[in-house]
Amino acid sequence: MTSPSFDTIVDGLSEVDCDVLVIGGGTAGPMAALKAKQKNPKAKVILLEKANVKRSGAISMGMDGLNNAVIPGYATPEQYTKEITIANDGIVDQKAVLKYARNCYGIIEELDSFGIRFQKNENGDFDVKKVHHIGTYVLPMPNGETVKKALYRQLRRAQMLISNRYMATRLLTGASGRIAGAIAVNTRTAEFLVIKAKAVILCMGAAGRLGLPTSGYMFGTYENAANSGDGYAMAYHAGAKLANLECFQINPLIKDYNGPACAYVAGPFGAYTANNEGKRFIECDYWSGQMMLEFFNELQSGKGPVFLKLNHLHSDTVGEIETILHTVERPTRGLFHEGRKTDYRKDMVEMHISEIGFCSGHSASGVYVDDFARTTIPGLYAAGDMASVPHNYMLGAFTNGAVAGEDAAEFALNHDFEAFDAADVKLEQARVLAPTKREDGIPPNQIEFKTRRLVNDYFQPPKVTRKFELGQARLAEVREDMENTMVVKNAHELMRSLEATSILDCAEMAAHASLYRTESRWGLYHLRTDYPEKDNENWFCHTLLSKQDGRMTSEKKAVEDYVVPVADEEKDLYAKQRIRASA
Amino acid sequence: MPFAQSPSAVPVIVDDAKCIAEKGCRVCIDVCPLDVLRLSDLTGKAYMAYDECWYCMPCEADCPTGAVKVNIPYLLK
Ligand SMILES: Cc1cc2nc3c(=O)[nH]c(=O)nc-3n(C[C@H](O)[C@H](O)[C@H](O)COP(=O)(O)OP(=O)(O)OC[C@H]3O[C@@H](n4cnc5c(N)ncnc54)[C@H](O)[C@@H]3O)c2cc1C
Ligand code: SF4
Ligand code: SF4
Repeated sequence: MTSPSFDTIVDGLSEVDCDVLVIGGGTAGPMAALKAKQKNPKAKVILLEKANVKRSGAISMGMDGLNNAVIPGYATPEQYTKEITIANDGIVDQKAVLKYARNCYGIIEELDSFGIRFQKNENGDFDVKKVHHIGTYVLPMPNGETVKKALYRQLRRAQMLISNRYMATRLLTGASGRIAGAIAVNTRTAEFLVIKAKAVILCMGAAGRLGLPTSGYMFGTYENAANSGDGYAMAYHAGAKLANLECFQINPLIKDYNGPACAYVAGPFGAYTANNEGKRFIECDYWSGQMMLEFFNELQSGKGPVFLKLNHLHSDTVGEIETILHTVERPTRGLFHEGRKTDYRKDMVEMHISEIGFCSGHSASGVYVDDFARTTIPGLYAAGDMASVPHNYMLGAFTNGAVAGEDAAEFALNHDFEAFDAADVKLEQARVLAPTKREDGIPPNQIEFKTRRLVNDYFQPPKVTRKFELGQARLAEVREDMENTMVVKNAHELMRSLEATSILDCAEMAAHASLYRTESRWGLYHLRTDYPEKDNENWFCHTLLSKQDGRMTSEKKAVEDYVVPVADEEKDLYAKQRIRASA
Repeated sequence: MPFAQSPSAVPVIVDDAKCIAEKGCRVCIDVCPLDVLRLSDLTGKAYMAYDECWYCMPCEADCPTGAVKVNIPYLLK
């Protein structure tokens, strides 16, 4: 039934060049592009997006609030940095977090000038809510559904060059190791686009299609399902280092719906996470590995399922919460509850533990970056969920996107184009198009389903060494099938086949990184049954994964000296989440 | 290997009577982050061609005539 103009594979390749190429136009990407242009109005900046910048990324339908706003009068950058250090079990290069914390208020003011409103109290002060264990950082956004529109207006105003429906597949580097550009494929025609660039910023979001949702629906993910981990895979193949990938993202979500419930919105109104007796069992609903471990323990104890409890709240309060939850972020929440006849006023909302992913927005697994958003490849930047600054969330994507944009514009001013080998483009074309040349074989959806089912079976924590090894062996078989027999019929399927390759790359990285760190850390995120204890003596460090001489390798990297000291008695505040009475 | 066609009920429904694709509208097809909507050769209207939906709703929110209805995919309903 599809019209012939759509999805037919067309032979073609064009080449463009620019000063700064931003890949991914969700949250961090638009801000990076705007800031690069602001920094140097003469610079040619291209924003490349797999979907359409108008509605792409995690904030496709807006957001209900900022999860990590450091607002003068409520919190200091130092307090925030300390809290994130503790929440992330100490494995934090604080400089980048502190810089975020110092810059983010300015970004809030800028977003405000774009027309995005932030909640104020009757005195005209920002109405910041406490959700974290220690400090107060959550700021509601009353017109949160307009975020994407507001960003798009700014892009239009800046006359940004936007290339929608181009999926980046590989980065190009030169002989010196510097960034040279990227290769992309049109998702509706399969035509290639080679973009030569002096600097490249990766803003391609989380690896959100790694584990398989328990519903079995491959696109029923927490993350925007377009975020298939392409950024992680591209950085890896280009030789960049990726940090702490074993620190998985695992979220407490509405069972089956697989979206947030969302305790950050409902918590400040008095809602909380409860067990099947309707009792609280954790002190704080802020998502951390330690919190997820208590969630897991509660399920194991027979006191599950775990619920979000709102049915003790006043009907008007529930109404207020409903209005937020059912209009922004994941607005189909209301429809889902309606379908199951779940009424917040009467029923508790059944929650579960999500499948795994990589994400620094919520956790700490990302392409390694310093406090200028620079990766380990000169001229290559990363920001947002895919960059290693932990617990970054939306405001982190905006703020660090801005940092990346400014520094990349400067880098582009001081460098010329780096030459790359034309053979690399030919090789990539051959890799991408291989499944189109076959008459027969396995379609990408089956390759992807099997990869992700294996991820669930073998890699979902608690992590067992023997299971990981078996999982690796099974994935090697899938890789063989993928490389030799995957077959696609049209350009849309070709995009899915490329995503399948990213997902498999990420699955292999998840296993490799997890086996390397022989201790347990970050609560459930890296709970190893064979190494159940935290081992600060040997593992108080980052792990960096990279491709060296064609092989996946892991190494240790020391945690930078803290700029904000953490006292010994504060260090495991996040490990003490369980409410004593129910323990 | 021969392919089987396994049917699946898609979550997004377009009301043909309301869809004005013949006037050139492509809004829902343009905005969908998963790129699963297409124009039908048979009806000339938008429809869901691939069962790969994130039930996110831009298609419904941005359609100028209210022709699109997003439902929860059956597997997780
Ligand atoms: C359901 C949900 C609720 C959340 N709630 C909150 C909240 O209330 N408050 C808060 O502060 N944070 C929240 N977050 C987190 C926050 O939204 C994210 O941390 C942030 O938006 C991430 O921004 P990003 O730019 O890294 O990724 P995204 O905004 O997801 O953008 C990534 C972009 O890259 C594109 N892309 C992917 N692969 C390619 C490719 N190969 N080529 C080209 N483009 C590509 C994608 O299409 C997408 O547009 C939530 C996240 C989710 C998913
Ligand atoms: S947006 Fe609405 S009117 Fe336009 S093509 Fe889609 S369904 Fe039809
Ligand atoms: S709900 Fe989202 S993914 Fe599904 S068709 Fe509409 S825009 Fe596309």
